[in-house]
Amino acid sequence: MPSEATTFPALLPKAPTGIGGFDEVTLGGLPAGRPSLICGAAGCGKTLFAVTFLVNGATRFGEPGVFMSFEERAEDLAANVASLGYDLDGLVAEGKLAIDYVRVERSEIEESGEYDLEGLFVRLGFAVDAIGAKRVVLDTIETLFSGFTDPALLRAELRRLFGWIKDRGLTAIITGERGEGQLTRQGLEEYVSDCVVLLDNRVEDQITTRRLRIVKYRGSAHGTNEYPFLIDGDGISVLPVTSSGLNRQASSEIISSGIPGLDAMFRTGGFFRGSSILLSGVAGTGKTTIASHFADAACRRGERCLSFVFEESAEEICRNALSVGLDLQRWVSAGLLRFEAARPSLYGLEMHLARMHRDLDRFEPDVVVIDPISAFRGPDTEVHATLLRMMDLLKSRGITALFTSLCTDGTMVEGTDQGLSSLMDAWVRLEDVEANGERNRALYVIKARGMSHSNQVREYRMTDTGIELIEPYIGPEGVLTGTARMSQAARERAAAARRQQEVERRRRDLARRREAMERQIGELRAALEIEEEEANLLLTQEDTHEATLASDRVAVATLRGAAE
Amino acid sequence: MNLNPASTEDASDCDAGPGQYHLRLYVAGQTSKSLAAMVNLKRVCEEHLAGRYEIEVIDLLKNPKLAAGDQILAIPTLVRRLPAPLKRIIGDLSNTEKVLVGLDIRPRTPIT
Repeated sequence: MPSEATTFPALLPKAPTGIGGFDEVTLGGLPAGRPSLICGAAGCGKTLFAVTFLVNGATRFGEPGVFMSFEERAEDLAANVASLGYDLDGLVAEGKLAIDYVRVERSEIEESGEYDLEGLFVRLGFAVDAIGAKRVVLDTIETLFSGFTDPALLRAELRRLFGWIKDRGLTAIITGERGEGQLTRQGLEEYVSDCVVLLDNRVEDQITTRRLRIVKYRGSAHGTNEYPFLIDGDGISVLPVTSSGLNRQASSEIISSGIPGLDAMFRTGGFFRGSSILLSGVAGTGKTTIASHFADAACRRGERCLSFVFEESAEEICRNALSVGLDLQRWVSAGLLRFEAARPSLYGLEMHLARMHRDLDRFEPDVVVIDPISAFRGPDTEVHATLLRMMDLLKSRGITALFTSLCTDGTMVEGTDQGLSSLMDAWVRLEDVEANGERNRALYVIKARGMSHSNQVREYRMTDTGIELIEPYIGPEGVLTGTARMSQAARERAAAARRQQEVERRRRDLARRREAMERQIGELRAALEIEEEEANLLLTQEDTHEATLASDRVAVATLRGAAE
Repeated sequence: MNLNPASTEDASDCDAGPGQYHLRLYVAGQTSKSLAAMVNLKRVCEEHLAGRYEIEVIDLLKNPKLAAGDQILAIPTLVRRLPAPLKRIIGDLSNTEKVLVGLDIRPRTPIT
């Protein structure tokens, strides 16, 4: 929608109200040079809206304004808005604001014959001219109907007044009390038809939520939803919490969870920046501690972390984190970490969202922790819608968010998580494993979009130096934890020792046998050598014998020959 | 700027003796209603307050800042500044009975 506003900026000139969110919803503010109607029941913030419009006009947009009050005296008005930091008296002294209190007291006025309300015009005109006003507030002009007897005449005069405002090019806010069956008691919406804004203050389940709706805005596109708005020490802010389309940037930057062992369970070594991470587990599994690690890691990187906590105070969390060796207090002091602690029942769901929206705007965190989302109670559909919008809000700003959620008895809280878990980018589940008469903590990654991750259930311990993941021991019945893991480890160590001894023994045997064998080989070789020697001796003797025989034969022959 | 000065009370000064009426008529230009109011006022005063009244006509088109002081909305408005308390009568004063009641010249419930 904002794109439409930028496409057709010149169609209808608008006067910004400076009220956070409202100018976005109306794509620029109220119609400039025309009257707008702000209506709503008593106590829903009409006057404050109008005052904010004027004060912002005077201080931020260089447009002086006239406040014509039919209900509150100037002093009361100034006192009432002083708590918001608005210095009406100062603005009046600077000539940027004029306040005219119009007292209408039926009992003091006697009517005799025809009259008109020219006096009102004169007063307004004089005030406008005196300070060169561009903005006008008439609060609440319907009071006139109680002061004069002739409604027909009043209507005619009001019509003339609104016409006069248009002719003078004044941007005006007319406030009106909500009436039965129509927007205002006197049907002012008939006369002020350019822009009508309805303020509402609804109580559901004993929780009040303020809502704002733009009923009509002639000649301009505008947000049509009911938007929650809040009034607190900083004035009004409206939350344009529409689910924007799914056209957000996807970062492939990886950030650490603050726990090396957990990071190692993801192939990428951490979570994607801008992703939503769900951390669910039963009571006492250390959700908040892991969240503290997450926050600590962000601050270590020099990023800003905003933590919305709904069950503990900031001091408690800092103290508890200290027991695992995390000094969160120093980040708080350094301004990198901020806690926003509130009971979930303090506001309605919308209001929480609204508050969050404002805090995000103001603190501009890189990382957000919401602990826990299961604290929100209410109709399932509403809780779901609120959380969805919360996630959208965070994602659209590229904020990495860690949500914790309490589940009971190993099952998810109905309605809250089931719907939400499918929206999460990563889901780490913490469990309480009961075995051998003890409870141990284990975690595993259920999902992690866009990255491969370990399927191993890992035991973890909270130590003085933080959360530590322990190498997994897998027994016949799954992962072993606690003392079972330790005894298993001892058994394994003993077995290993035994195996080691066995090997040694075999090695010694072998050596011995080799020795024996080699001795035998030696003996055999010696015997062979003796045999060889004997054989050689025999051969030599034989040769000698043959030679002797031959020589004998020659000698005999010689002898015979001589004889012949 | 504060447009509600408790100012114009200083007009209650003067030599007003007891029973003296100090009346102020606010008009805005010479409209028919204004003229009628002036004529009607003069007539009523001559008839009932002869010699002990004083009329001040204020044209708001000339003196717009006086409108806030006396809380003027309707035109014409007649303000009885003296005797106290302050009274206001709006309209062209064509209903003489109401003017007399409004100025406390005649009691609200006439005695028979």
